Amino acid sequence: MSNLFDLLVAGLATGAIYALVAVGFTLLWQTSQTINFAQGEFVMLPAFLMLAAMHVGAPFWLAIILGILLSMILLGLAFKMLLVDPMMRHGVLPLAIATMALAIGIKEAVKQFFSAEASPFPSIVPTGDISVFGHAVSLQSIGVLVVAILAVVGLTALLNRTSLGHQMQAAAQNPTVARIIGVPVERMILLTFLINAFLVALASLLITPIYLAKFSSGEVLGQAAFIAAIVGGFNQVRGAIAGGLLIGVLDNLAASYVSTQYRSAVPMLVLIIVILFRPQGLLGRAEERTV
Amino acid sequence: MKSTLLGALLAVAMATSAFAQPIKLADVAELSGGGATVGTNWKNGIDLAIEEINAKGGVLGRKLEVTHADSQSNPGVARAQVQKALDAEPYVLLGPGYSGSVKVTAPLAAEAGIAQIMGGEAAELTQAGNKFLFRTSFGQQSSMPKVAKYIHDDMKAKSVAVVWVNNDFGRGGRDVVVKELERLGSKVVADLSTEAGQADFAADVGKIKAANPDAVFVYLNEEESARILKELKRQGVTAPLMGETTLIGQKVIEFAGDAANGARGHVGLTTDAPVDLIKGFRDRFSKKYNYVPDHNGLKGYLAVYMVKATTEKMGKVDSKAFADTLHGLTIKAADEPGILMDVTFSDTGDIDRQSFLVEVVEGKQVVKQVLPKLK
Repeated sequence: MSNLFDLLVAGLATGAIYALVAVGFTLLWQTSQTINFAQGEFVMLPAFLMLAAMHVGAPFWLAIILGILLSMILLGLAFKMLLVDPMMRHGVLPLAIATMALAIGIKEAVKQFFSAEASPFPSIVPTGDISVFGHAVSLQSIGVLVVAILAVVGLTALLNRTSLGHQMQAAAQNPTVARIIGVPVERMILLTFLINAFLVALASLLITPIYLAKFSSGEVLGQAAFIAAIVGGFNQVRGAIAGGLLIGVLDNLAASYVSTQYRSAVPMLVLIIVILFRPQGLLGRAEERTV
Repeated sequence: MKSTLLGALLAVAMATSAFAQPIKLADVAELSGGGATVGTNWKNGIDLAIEEINAKGGVLGRKLEVTHADSQSNPGVARAQVQKALDAEPYVLLGPGYSGSVKVTAPLAAEAGIAQIMGGEAAELTQAGNKFLFRTSFGQQSSMPKVAKYIHDDMKAKSVAVVWVNNDFGRGGRDVVVKELERLGSKVVADLSTEAGQADFAADVGKIKAANPDAVFVYLNEEESARILKELKRQGVTAPLMGETTLIGQKVIEFAGDAANGARGHVGLTTDAPVDLIKGFRDRFSKKYNYVPDHNGLKGYLAVYMVKATTEKMGKVDSKAFADTLHGLTIKAADEPGILMDVTFSDTGDIDRQSFLVEVVEGKQVVKQVLPKLK
């Protein structure tokens, strides 16, 4: 059990990334009751936008700013206005299918315009270790964990402790009533999309040095985050966070103490158990069906 | 008289037209998905060889022409693409590079009687009696005994940790190397399977560390090799690292940085080999594509020159006789410089030629030993 601490830290760092991505699933679910199957590709794309900026001579810090801004325009504003709004009129299912098509489109476009090969990506956190309780812990793991926690704490504070956050929640929970009491519902929904775009750009920045910039990297990430969101609770931000961390840690513990060969089966097993015994997720809220 | 002359002219025109028809090759490769690095290098190698051959007048006076199809690194897609390619009746089928994809496509090519020159290295591929399947590099049954011998004899490792990717490629290599290590008397103290695309190797390296082996044998795909090298360094594993081509390739060195230093591997093909013809290939490839190819670029290049040498040996373009001619054929680099090193093909389609023991030193592959042909 000597390396339990190391496994927990590495698992939490990976899980924090899953959590950031899973929060995006939750935000979109709350505002439009649909699932964005391109969420993994949303994480993959910002890294390429940043790489493109660096290719034309921008320093890394500027590439990060440009990448985040472009992500918010493309994956927040344009995604909402060009895909979600028009498709919502046709129902939730066509919209979900449209996001699947979008995932394929983003992947193929990146492959076409950049390369099918993986590219290295600089890390915002220096490489190396520091000693924590006598254990050598990767600075990269700590950096990922800290940035992800800060982002999630900031988001939670925004949602729960500010007037803007309360308006966003009101718009998500009952748009009709929110409109009556004067909440600018459309603006709040747009803000939700922009926040999701910011979070995926942040996740991209944190995870790409580890995963490498590759057009197909969103597949694994999107799937893991989707499982995390269901396990934690699809309709609760705190559920997505808990689900992400849980899946990240379980994956590492399973590999170390159960079997490396069947590690990928463990999250699926957890998913099945949760769906069977607590379909709303560990921290999710049971939703009543409206008729 | 007029009509006779016209008829003769028409006959000549038709004959000339048939003579000038290009020789059609079909390539199915991993141009996207997990094996995109493999497939892209393979494809570029093929294109370079064809460009060179056509610039010098082609094969028996006919140009080579190739169609590329993307298997998406998925055996199911590869099978469909190979079927489509075979329907167009190519002279020879090139690819795929992934053993799992070769495994499901080889029966199709054999059924069509078309020779398939592929990049897969799983031992089982050429052991099933398929008379139409040919390698461009060593199979694991040839390379792994050399690897095990090096770990046992040169590294003096009494205990070995083996970490492998859980697919046909990884499992095939693992099975042969574990058997050989045990036969030689080295004990396998950790036997770890990993997933393709895996990002976090903390748990795997933790297990290796706990097993405290004298050497670690790493047999993963390129990107995952880079990730585990970083984690091995981070967790302070000091046991020597041994692998095959995928552990010490250019891409791995690029991704892993300092963590790749000291890693050793047996390679059937490397652009750093101390062979003038290979150096020339490396220069031409780098000039055309602006990067240094890995061994898959060499494999694709050699596949086309195998077609050229075999066809010129036959003196005719005959897809049905192609496989028979290539079995048992020795192609000498002095006669066909494009083949880069003297090579002999066995009755099973396996390959025999020199190979190399490589170590990564300060971010570069350094060839430490040249191993001779087996026969």
